[in-house]
Amino acid sequence: MGVVFEQLINGLTIGSFYALIALGYSMVYGVLKLINFAHGDMFALGSYVGYTVLVFGSALLASHFGLWGGMIVVMIIAAICLAVVGIVVERAAYRPIYPAGRLPAVVSALGASIVLQNLIMIFWGPRYQAYPAAMIPNVHLHLWGIHITLLQVVILLLSFLLMTILYWIIQRTTFGAAIRASALDRDTAALMGINFNKVIFFIFTLGPALGAMTGVMVGMYYRQISFTMGWNYGLKAFTATILGGIGNLPGAMFGGLILGVLEMFGAAYISAAWKDVFVFVILILVLIFRPTGLFGEKIAEKV
Amino acid sequence: MDHRDSQRVVMETRELTKMFGGLTAVDTFDLQVRQGEISSLIGPNGAGKTTVFNIVTGIYKPERGQVIFHGTDITGKRPDQIVEEGIARTFQNIRLFPNMTCLENIMAGQHCRASSGLWSSIFRTRRHREEEAKIRATAELRVRQVGLWESRDDLAKNIAYGSQRMLEIGRALGTEPSLLVLDEPSSGLNAGETEHLMHFLKTLIREEDLTILLIEHDMNVVMGISDRVTVMDQGGKIAEGRPEEIYDNDRVIEAYLGKNDDDGDA
Amino acid sequence: MKRLQKKYSNWKIADYIGTSRRRIVFLLLAVFAVYPFIVSNYFVDVGFYFGVYALLGLSLNIVLGEVGLFDLGHAGFYAIGAYVTAILNTKLGIPILVLLPVSALAAALFAYIVCSPIIHLRGDYLCIVTIGLGEIVRLALINNPFDLTGGPNGVFGLDYPTFGGPFVIDSPVEFYFLIWIMVALSIVGLTRLQESRIGRAWNCIREDEIAAGANGINVRFYKLLAFVLGAALAGVAGNIYASKLMCVSPESFTFWESCLLFCIVLIGGMGSIPGVLIGAAFISLFPEIFRPFAMYRMLVFGMVMILMMMYRPGGVWPRKRGGIEFGSILSPTRKAHE
Repeated sequence: MGVVFEQLINGLTIGSFYALIALGYSMVYGVLKLINFAHGDMFALGSYVGYTVLVFGSALLASHFGLWGGMIVVMIIAAICLAVVGIVVERAAYRPIYPAGRLPAVVSALGASIVLQNLIMIFWGPRYQAYPAAMIPNVHLHLWGIHITLLQVVILLLSFLLMTILYWIIQRTTFGAAIRASALDRDTAALMGINFNKVIFFIFTLGPALGAMTGVMVGMYYRQISFTMGWNYGLKAFTATILGGIGNLPGAMFGGLILGVLEMFGAAYISAAWKDVFVFVILILVLIFRPTGLFGEKIAEKV
Repeated sequence: MDHRDSQRVVMETRELTKMFGGLTAVDTFDLQVRQGEISSLIGPNGAGKTTVFNIVTGIYKPERGQVIFHGTDITGKRPDQIVEEGIARTFQNIRLFPNMTCLENIMAGQHCRASSGLWSSIFRTRRHREEEAKIRATAELRVRQVGLWESRDDLAKNIAYGSQRMLEIGRALGTEPSLLVLDEPSSGLNAGETEHLMHFLKTLIREEDLTILLIEHDMNVVMGISDRVTVMDQGGKIAEGRPEEIYDNDRVIEAYLGKNDDDGDA
Repeated sequence: MKRLQKKYSNWKIADYIGTSRRRIVFLLLAVFAVYPFIVSNYFVDVGFYFGVYALLGLSLNIVLGEVGLFDLGHAGFYAIGAYVTAILNTKLGIPILVLLPVSALAAALFAYIVCSPIIHLRGDYLCIVTIGLGEIVRLALINNPFDLTGGPNGVFGLDYPTFGGPFVIDSPVEFYFLIWIMVALSIVGLTRLQESRIGRAWNCIREDEIAAGANGINVRFYKLLAFVLGAALAGVAGNIYASKLMCVSPESFTFWESCLLFCIVLIGGMGSIPGVLIGAAFISLFPEIFRPFAMYRMLVFGMVMILMMMYRPGGVWPRKRGGIEFGSILSPTRKAHE
């Protein structure tokens, strides 16, 4: 029983990563119908920015903020950097392509992804980089026979906090309503006076920022980062987006969490090697029976 | 023509019922369309007219009821199967193939009347070449018939709105139907274009072995060319008869809440 | 014999070399034919890989270009073709060229089975499912089920392509011609399909699925047909690729590979056969031409992709309609609407 609970915590941890990255995909996809392939790489870039800050600022961080505080500070710095990168990518690679339609946007997004990935490789090298062990909190907890780390708990709490904040913004504020409206019907939203540029600004700063913070957490958790991790996580996170239902932000969050848990249980009880296959098979089965995702709405097309 | 009532019914719906969630869009709806006639289906917006069309043409499956065409039950068949049976339609918001030429749009209609498959197409067998020639010839005929010969090689998205409406009818005719189902064909047309359309439809009935069912909001069209009018409101039929009979029907007037024949365009 | 004579008596060489368009095609054919004899083996191989990408691009073009279906898992069909060839050749000794149609069939069958339940999905959802399918194939290959696929190392020790007799393809030049003959045959077949009712049906589905159904086209059937045919061609490419390398491994069939194929079709021009060839040239030759850039090569590649979409979103050579179609060169007795 304890083992199951540990697996659950592991699954939720990795699921939180997927969920937070998925939110970035979902926001962009919902509003622009664009698969932002570069988003995964922004997550990776955030991880690398965190790495650099940790390596060069370790003394400063450790003395002023301590290990936990240091982590938060690094997350914030990475978030700010990637918010800027997000806007730059939007202006450079996406904005000029909007009029051309969705398919050229896919190619452009792939191009942006290649550019980001290769920039990472050029600056930081093609080999794995390790987060400095000294800066990573290493506290183990033994509660009721269950073995987890404090880092996991903190990650879960932070993720939950971030997701709640985003959920609150999207569901409860006027601006959030503007985003949801833009996702449903862009032209009408514009006609209703919604400032589309503001919406774009928001999704391309907050999405990458969240991704960056996730990147730092991933670096802390796994300790190793590589320039291809954007692709790996990105694919899973995008899968979570679809699983939850396109454009549905709470759906993306749940999709990510469910995906993480499924993956963990798949690895534990089926086979570690086949876990990804298991996840994709589940996805395909879900879509066969619920074509618009787990939480997606059935939108009837008016004929 | 007095023997109209005894004329053959080509298409009828029996107790057709369609629900979307909790909303009953079509409620036990009976309709009969007779050979060689132009029948109109009218009613206020939201009455369920297009839903009936969508059920008849196979886009929706009804919860209850049947659609009988030339004696065969076609309820629940796929749209392309229904076209093969002989019912062709146009759409309320024109649905052409925008990046294909006018001629290609009409050639598309001929798809179900040909049968060459992979093998014949790749190896350009005689059968394939003959079929292609026939498809092209039929399409050229129809494109001329709807008055678009000059624009036949223009992309459908580039021609004028009125022409697009006619093209859609041309494409429907390309499927060699026996029943033509038109959803608000005069919508968006000016007075001249509407006149042209009315004349065109009347000629069509006279010269070809065709029956027409329309949804219309323009009362000039309804009164001008219909042999029979059915009125829907809130999913059900509230009146039926010859145009003159409908015109003064209190229930109909009430349903429209004061719409009169000065409201030309929908 | 008489029938053949009658059939071909209308065809005069002059008809072929008549228009300037035809002259260009013949010039290109001449260049392609002479090329492998005048360059080093390294560049013959570059030409070979160009051919492989051309064939793959043409195969994806059926699904993505003609029908407009978002297929981001096409490398999966390529993989099936390659691995079927590799496994049956190394384990059962069946000659490679005999396995060519077998690989095509295997990939086609696989496409039929997995795409049938999902073919009705709306564009974006179909996209993620194809990604998933491509990944499932790759992961399954890595995991070495029934000890068939050799795991991450793959299968090696394939023979040279033969039919089992004395005819053997064992030099770079011969491989080059093998792939380009397949490409040429595919171009002929696909161009004819484009101009047939099948091609029209596909395009109608791409333009407006509902209108297509309402005009007598069995949408589900034609979508499946596109996938099956596209898979078959990709399977052929897999067969030839595997025998050239004499081994196969899962690394050649990643999601990234599917994305490259997607780019070939988009950059070249959706539904445009000359466009696909140009797209394939770009994808396969660009890394060669820009080798001097070394580390920055891929960076520039990515930037060029973005710029291409900015300035030519319709592709380098978009499909023409209403004007002369590419196919009119192949049928000299047809009049081109000029």
